[in-house]
Amino acid sequence: MNITIILIIIGLLGISAYYTGLRKSLTLREDKLLHSTPIYHGAILAINSSLASILLVIVWVLFEKNIFPELLAFRNILFIISIFIFFLTAFFTFKKIKNKFKARDKVEKIIELFLLVCSSLAILITVGIFLSVIFESNRFFESIPLTEFLFGTHWSPQMPIREDQAGSTGAFGAVPLFTGTFLIAFIAMCIAGPIGLMSAIFLSEYASKSVRDIVKPLTEILAGIPTVVYGFFAVIVVAPFIRNTGNYFGIEVASESALAAGLVMGVMIIPFVSSISDDVINAVPQNLKNGSLGVGATKSETIKLVIIPAALPGIIGGLLLAVSRAIGETMIVVMAAGMSANLTANPFEAVTTVTVQIVVLLVGDQEFDSPKTLAAFALGLVLFIMTLILNYIALHIVRKYREQYE
Amino acid sequence: MNNDDLIKETEFQINNSETVGNIHVEDPRIIVKNINVRYGEKLAINNVSIDIGKNEVLAMIGPSGCGKSTFLRCLNRMNDTIESCVVDGELYLDNENILDEKTDVVPLRAKVGMVFQKPNPFPKSIYENVAYGPKIHGLAKNKIELDEIVFNSLEKAGLFNEVKDRLDAPGTSLSGGQQQRLCIARTIAVSPEVILMDEPCSALDPIATAKVEELIYELKENFTIVIVTHAMQQAARVSQRTAYFHLGNLVEVGPTQKIFTTPQHKLTESYITGRFG
Ligand SMILES: Nc1ncnc2c1ncn2[C@@H]1O[C@H](COP(=O)(O)OP(=O)(O)O)[C@@H](O)[C@H]1O
Ligand SMILES: [Mg+2]
Repeated sequence: MNITIILIIIGLLGISAYYTGLRKSLTLREDKLLHSTPIYHGAILAINSSLASILLVIVWVLFEKNIFPELLAFRNILFIISIFIFFLTAFFTFKKIKNKFKARDKVEKIIELFLLVCSSLAILITVGIFLSVIFESNRFFESIPLTEFLFGTHWSPQMPIREDQAGSTGAFGAVPLFTGTFLIAFIAMCIAGPIGLMSAIFLSEYASKSVRDIVKPLTEILAGIPTVVYGFFAVIVVAPFIRNTGNYFGIEVASESALAAGLVMGVMIIPFVSSISDDVINAVPQNLKNGSLGVGATKSETIKLVIIPAALPGIIGGLLLAVSRAIGETMIVVMAAGMSANLTANPFEAVTTVTVQIVVLLVGDQEFDSPKTLAAFALGLVLFIMTLILNYIALHIVRKYREQYE
Repeated sequence: MNNDDLIKETEFQINNSETVGNIHVEDPRIIVKNINVRYGEKLAINNVSIDIGKNEVLAMIGPSGCGKSTFLRCLNRMNDTIESCVVDGELYLDNENILDEKTDVVPLRAKVGMVFQKPNPFPKSIYENVAYGPKIHGLAKNKIELDEIVFNSLEKAGLFNEVKDRLDAPGTSLSGGQQQRLCIARTIAVSPEVILMDEPCSALDPIATAKVEELIYELKENFTIVIVTHAMQQAARVSQRTAYFHLGNLVEVGPTQKIFTTPQHKLTESYITGRFG
């Protein structure tokens, strides 16, 4: 018998249990006041009995899958037992339905428990991912020393597939990847920081309400563009433009350059910076601005001398969050920054980033125990730790700032 | 009379009222002529005219929402900062119509300073808070002059002795009453002629309030002061003239003594005797 069918039948029984409980408590209500409304009585009856039988089914299936495959033949028995359990629980719960039965409290408890399970699930999964990344990275560090990974300046992860194969031995110095990542993030922040901040200042201090009502949704649309679209925009429009301009001035520009990727990534995070800065600037009390305007300061003096200094911690927090976004961004750099792990600070050269290399390492047929694939986990781990620290600091700063002006 | 009747009668009287009492003074510093203020469609100040004399303290009282703050903000054009707010009429300060489009609000606001309801020191040092205005207006040629202005203003605001050892401490580290006096010092520092105060003590405890009131009393030697207040005793203590506002109308003006002992208008009387507030 199919598990789905069993579950459906339990569900249907649950629904009828609900109405049975409801009806009983409705008749009870005619003589005397109830502790809980009839809905709760119905609910508790339905929840109790279906939960009991569903739990049984789950346990059964787990056993069958992992320990006793022979159980598969006894699905019909499972069906009968689970229905039996259903009616047994239903019977006892049904008997409990009295005027004083605290069904409401029980349902509250169950809901709380359910929500707790959901939230711990999210945490558990995160922890699980983190642990598996650590575990796999550890395997990587068994073959490649940590120091070589963190301080080596040469990255070329081509391991020989067969023992006797000639050629590369593979090098896993991640420094070029990190410099590439930071170079691009830096270029992106050079774009997004000033433009985002200025547009936030304009929106919150200068723009009239009607302008704000148009511009704000527009910037939010900018934030909704898929990164792939930004990516091919970078490849098709920005990169050739930069190369042509560079050639015009006699500068050698690679067709894939850190500059192109950084510029486009900068545009991508403008709305992010501007929306956080806007929040932060709006959190500066009107009272404070009035104090400045009241002694005859102009708008721009007020912004420069009072608003920005007051909002600075929050703005810095916002910028750090943006940096962590830029570091983790993948699609744009995969498409526009190139694959070659050059150790350079020259924005006109192709560079590669941590995220790009993770993609490269894992695309295609791979054995999942060669250092080449395991390297991806090590990179992921470092990336994870970096963004975690950045986010922590940033959120900490932003929260501190919020408290200051409650 | 129950409350509804009172409100009905109020509306009737308002629609038919001219300001009771003498709105003129001998030696006016500010002359307000037929001011109307609207927030969008809503009329918040209805055809108000009044003179404000040199070196007097004018108290403005009235039930909340009657337009006292709105009127006060006309006097230094702070209403400009509120998008929906439109002011018309004439308002002369030293024979110049400050409501004129061409009036530069930067020197105007130096001349007509403002102290707000909630103390609002900048998140800067005590010294920097007071030096803020002078720096913006370029009032000091060098550090020595700036020091002098700052110390003087703190002195006048009765705060110097309390803070002279910690001028570098943040302004926000002071107590509420000290913060408000710091804000007064900040206002004084640009040598205004007029100081507007919008319920300056409503966020302060009684002792701090007493100190600020004392200060206001001293300041009237050098400044014209317009103070909005909720506390009638405060008006009685610090002001020479009192103006009573009701639903955007200036109902009655007169010497403070007279307003509180023998009000002419029924509405003023009702307010004074605590029938609505
Ligand atoms: N920024 C504003 N926008 C719209 N209406 C306002 C604004 N400020 C005040 N008002 C309205 O104008 C009237 C007068 O307000 P206000 O001057 O603050 O009164 P008061 O200071 O006497 O309590 C009130 O009805 C108030 O709702
Ligand atoms: Mg007010």
